[in-house]
Amino acid sequence: MSILIYALIAIGVLAVIFGALLGYAQIRFKVESDPLVEQIDEVLPQTQCGQCGYPGCRPYAEAIANGDDINKCPPGGDATIKKLADMMGVEVKPLVGSEDNTQQEPIKKVAYIREDECIGCTKCIQACPVDAIVGAAKHMHTVIIDECTGCDLCVEPCPVDCIDMLPIETKPETWRWQMNSIPVKNL
Amino acid sequence: MESLIEKIKSGYLWDFPGGVHPPERKELSNYQTISHLALPEKLYVTVKQHIGQAAHLLVKVGDKVKAGQALSQVQGPMELPVHAPSSGEVVEIKSHPIAHASGLETETIVIQTDGLDNWIDKQPVANYLELSKVEIVDKLKAAGIAGLGGAAFPTYVKHNNSQPVDVLIINGVECEPYITADDRLMQEYAAEIICGIEIFTHLLKPKMVVIAIENNKPAAIAAMEQACEGKTQFIVRAIPTKYPAGGEKQLIQVITGKEVPSGGIPSDIGVVTQNVGTAYAAYKAIVHGEPLIERVVTVTGEQVSQPGNYWIKLGTPVEFILAQTGYQAAKPEHLIMGGPMMGFNIPNKQVPVSKITNCILAPSNQELPLPEDEQNCIRCGYCVDACPANLLPQQLYWHTKAKEHDKAQEYKLADCIECGACAYVCPSEIPLVQYYRIAKAEIKAERIEHEKAEKAKERFNARNERLEKEKQARLDKHKQAAEARKAAMEKDQGAKDKVAEALARVQAKKQQAASGDNSKADNSKSDTKSAAQAAIERAKARKAAQEAEKAQATNAEQTASAEQAEAPPAAENDAKAKAKAAIERAKARKAAKAAEKAQTADTEQTASAEQSEAAIPAENDAKAKAKAAIERAKARKAAQAAEKAQATDTEQTASAEQAEAVPAAENDAKAKAKAAIERAKARKAAQAAEKLAQESTEQTETSSQPANEQSDKDARIKAAIAKAKAKRKQLGEDQ
Amino acid sequence: MSFRVASSPHNHVKNKTSRVMMLVALACVPGILTQVWYFGYGSLIQILLAVTTAIAAEALCLQQRNYPVVKRLKDNSALLTGLLLGISLPPLAPWWIAVIGSLFAIVIAKQVYGGLGQNIFNPAMAGYVVLLVSFPLSMTLWLPPLTLVEYDISFVDTLMLIFTGYSETGYSLAQLRVDLDGFTMATPLDTIKTGLSNQQTFSELSQIKVFSEQLGIGWTAVNVAYLCGGLILIFLKVINWRIPVAFLTSLFIFSWVCHVASPDGAATASLHLLSGATMFGAFFILTDPVSASTTPRGKIIFAVLVGLLVFFIRQYGGYPDAIAFAVLLANMCVPLIDYYTKPRVYGHTTR
Repeated sequence: MSILIYALIAIGVLAVIFGALLGYAQIRFKVESDPLVEQIDEVLPQTQCGQCGYPGCRPYAEAIANGDDINKCPPGGDATIKKLADMMGVEVKPLVGSEDNTQQEPIKKVAYIREDECIGCTKCIQACPVDAIVGAAKHMHTVIIDECTGCDLCVEPCPVDCIDMLPIETKPETWRWQMNSIPVKNL
Repeated sequence: MESLIEKIKSGYLWDFPGGVHPPERKELSNYQTISHLALPEKLYVTVKQHIGQAAHLLVKVGDKVKAGQALSQVQGPMELPVHAPSSGEVVEIKSHPIAHASGLETETIVIQTDGLDNWIDKQPVANYLELSKVEIVDKLKAAGIAGLGGAAFPTYVKHNNSQPVDVLIINGVECEPYITADDRLMQEYAAEIICGIEIFTHLLKPKMVVIAIENNKPAAIAAMEQACEGKTQFIVRAIPTKYPAGGEKQLIQVITGKEVPSGGIPSDIGVVTQNVGTAYAAYKAIVHGEPLIERVVTVTGEQVSQPGNYWIKLGTPVEFILAQTGYQAAKPEHLIMGGPMMGFNIPNKQVPVSKITNCILAPSNQELPLPEDEQNCIRCGYCVDACPANLLPQQLYWHTKAKEHDKAQEYKLADCIECGACAYVCPSEIPLVQYYRIAKAEIKAERIEHEKAEKAKERFNARNERLEKEKQARLDKHKQAAEARKAAMEKDQGAKDKVAEALARVQAKKQQAASGDNSKADNSKSDTKSAAQAAIERAKARKAAQEAEKAQATNAEQTASAEQAEAPPAAENDAKAKAKAAIERAKARKAAKAAEKAQTADTEQTASAEQSEAAIPAENDAKAKAKAAIERAKARKAAQAAEKAQATDTEQTASAEQAEAVPAAENDAKAKAKAAIERAKARKAAQAAEKLAQESTEQTETSSQPANEQSDKDARIKAAIAKAKAKRKQLGEDQ
Repeated sequence: MSFRVASSPHNHVKNKTSRVMMLVALACVPGILTQVWYFGYGSLIQILLAVTTAIAAEALCLQQRNYPVVKRLKDNSALLTGLLLGISLPPLAPWWIAVIGSLFAIVIAKQVYGGLGQNIFNPAMAGYVVLLVSFPLSMTLWLPPLTLVEYDISFVDTLMLIFTGYSETGYSLAQLRVDLDGFTMATPLDTIKTGLSNQQTFSELSQIKVFSEQLGIGWTAVNVAYLCGGLILIFLKVINWRIPVAFLTSLFIFSWVCHVASPDGAATASLHLLSGATMFGAFFILTDPVSASTTPRGKIIFAVLVGLLVFFIRQYGGYPDAIAFAVLLANMCVPLIDYYTKPRVYGHTTR
């Protein structure tokens, strides 16, 4: 019986020592890193599209940091989910709404205004989260393509439906080598 | 440095790691002198043929052009013009396949040749030594000279560098199998090449010039040595034959023993390299005043019966060249632009020759057989032994295949020169280079995307900040205005009136819920008549609007149910309801007009009352708002109908009866759904209405706007406000 | 109009995986022949058994994993695994030894890890170690060189010994290993291991029959034969010189130092280099591309590590020979070695 007690005491003492050591190390060698929210925000595509249900990427980053699902970002696609999963130490989940069908890289699109149809209502300007639409009231608006994040938010408010989301054109400079363009068969 | 130059002069050669010895097959094409081909009927001049940005077009369809005439003009950095290769007419400017692995189409100028080959007035410079450095560089730029070794890097950029140059290396290595264009050029135009090199030395002032030629080209070495005689600064150096000794970085390593820092350029270590073809083009451009419009192209492979080197005008379609050299298509057709190690397949024969085209290879299926199936990597490490950049191709392969881009970058994927030595030796026939290219392109895209995301974030934050500021500014303004008014009021009438007014407003609101009659009574109590009246009017308007709204709702509902159930009674109801709704709406409008009048009179109160509730109003144009409100109202109506239709969908059997029923009497789910919708709508409308109200306030305040402009649309605007308010009221009731 | 579109490079060296594997197998032939000459037909039968089982097991696995069986079998990797295992087995071990070893090598050590190129352990050596640990008796009963065996062992005897355990005349393997004096003859390394642990000196031990001039009879020739085969492979650039050279050098240095330090307590360096599976291991086992290190410096570190382990296990461990254990232990370190021996890439000043 006494042996048992000794053993328990010994282990208890060890536990206390190591605990203290670990605690000390945690304070002493604390790694200064970006706050989690910053890191998550960094990974998100910054389209500010609100498709996740939050008003912008940063709020969603905050929500993820507080335990929300990582699979609510359609513009980011699988790549973003994978990175978030790595960062948060959780399982990769399929994108919300695409559980059943096969996953595909989201096609990058940007907004184009059919300019002769635009009535100059400025609604899209107000909707644009990144101020990528220019124009004045009663004057034609246009999208600054380079700044457009392809968030879709301007499409709905348009009263005359003159905004199209068109895929970005591939140019030789932006062309990506495709495996499937070259017939490689894995044996 | 001096010791290094001494060492180079002594004949010492360094080596680069790795390398392979693919069959050279140069004997196919290197015994004939360079000849000319006939002029094609149409020339397809790609606007951008170099690394960088396309220059700006100078011609339009229908223009007559002469050979050597500039078709585009440089306006920015890294731009390079293209020139008409022969005289004729610009018949089309369109998208045409280009000499690029993607096979994509870009802007191309199509010239219908007239067969005369008339030149523009050339401006030859007999003694270029008289020209300043800037003038020569400008001439090189204007002549469209780009590196003709295969990358087409604008030559003038290399000469704009201010870093001191120790060694100028002239690349006549031509390590790619099959290609003999530079070999023949050196044999036949050695003196001209030397003259071109002297132009470069004039610009760069290097301590020495090394002309590097692989030792499998003895004739070229002899020719160049002869041309160099008496020039102490020039050294012709035969280097061991090993692929890819002609790669810029490898050649620098072989000649100087130094390595170009990763991400840097050769001039960082005091070295500049130029291809022999480029030197010849520079000679032509400066001494003869001829821009770069043709180049030597090796046409070879077992499928052409007359392999050899030809002067080919840039823009000549491959099809035309092959037709003249006795090409017989293999099955499947297989054409390579460039050599077998680094060249790319062209997907059709319309592709024109561009500044990068040094070879058109039409191999038979025996000489370059189809790639076989990719087998598993057995980590044999042959690729490690072959890699001239000291990379670990098999590790890169694992990571690029698994799309682990950060790990691939850790293994220095960016330093891969895509020479193909690894894939050449791979016993498992893995298309390693292809994997690397995909990964590189993806990494690049990712980087661009990330940059874009950063920018978007910045803009988003800036916008939020701006909105916040605007809101604050507005609030401040209102506060000030209110205070000013308060002061004015106190002067005018005193506090008593104001209290009374407030009281009247509160009571009016209360009464409104109970009955309109009471409000009258309340009214009489108030001291200020105008205020009271305004309150009454508003109450009425609200009520009317409410009714109108209800009618509308029923109307929509009925329409939906009628459609669903196809019941005639419902249709009748519908019609009736519509009529009723119309009447109600008309009434509402009337009332609203009255209300508006009152409101205008009652500006102060409305403003102060509504101020606190003001959301994030942003606009300065009231009319646009008004229109927006109308649009939204319409949309709402439509949406409501749709919503109802959906709701009815679930309860088809009961729909007819339910349609007529008052919302309160309806069963739970539907009522709730409707309530929710209405609430949402009401909120939205209210917000808009509030904005409007505020704006009208502001307008009245400033009152710089003529009233007649509004008169036309006012009624409708008012209706919208009234409706919105009614909804808010309703919302209160619902809750 | 069908155009062929492929990625560059468009030409390709004619050195397929199947050819590489076949060349390695062919380079074993001199060694195998010498082995047959000194130790009888047993080795041939073991090789046959192991190769057949290996190929059958591979085929079964490929079929179960839905791969094109014939196409994949053509890479000759299973054949080579079976061959290497067969060579390492005692010539007169019972037939099921070869079968179990091959099955383990292919199914567990190779296919379970993902097939060709994915295994972290050398399959042949994994199979060998499993056998050695599971059936130590059968695995250590090496026949002495035929010249020392007092009975003639015919081909039929060999077959019967392998499949029934007794020769035509009714001798068991254990009986065959006993010489006229009733002394059991073991392999040279085994003899030394046992002797040294029995407080005998090396010079005493080298007087025993299985030695001549301090080298094992038969074993020396076999090792030289594998050395020749290996040199051919290096000459053909099928295997890289780094691994064999580094391995043999390190083994030599360690054993030489030890022998100089205690001449009676340790075998000579030449005995280490020319007995057991030293040469076979150096050129045919360590150079297995899949499980060895792939970076140039990594190869050297890997081989030196194996040399060190071989020496220590032979000298101080419980087993007379140690190639298999040493290789497997070193295999485990390969990812780490590879990670820390990345070569300096062109244009970078640091690794």
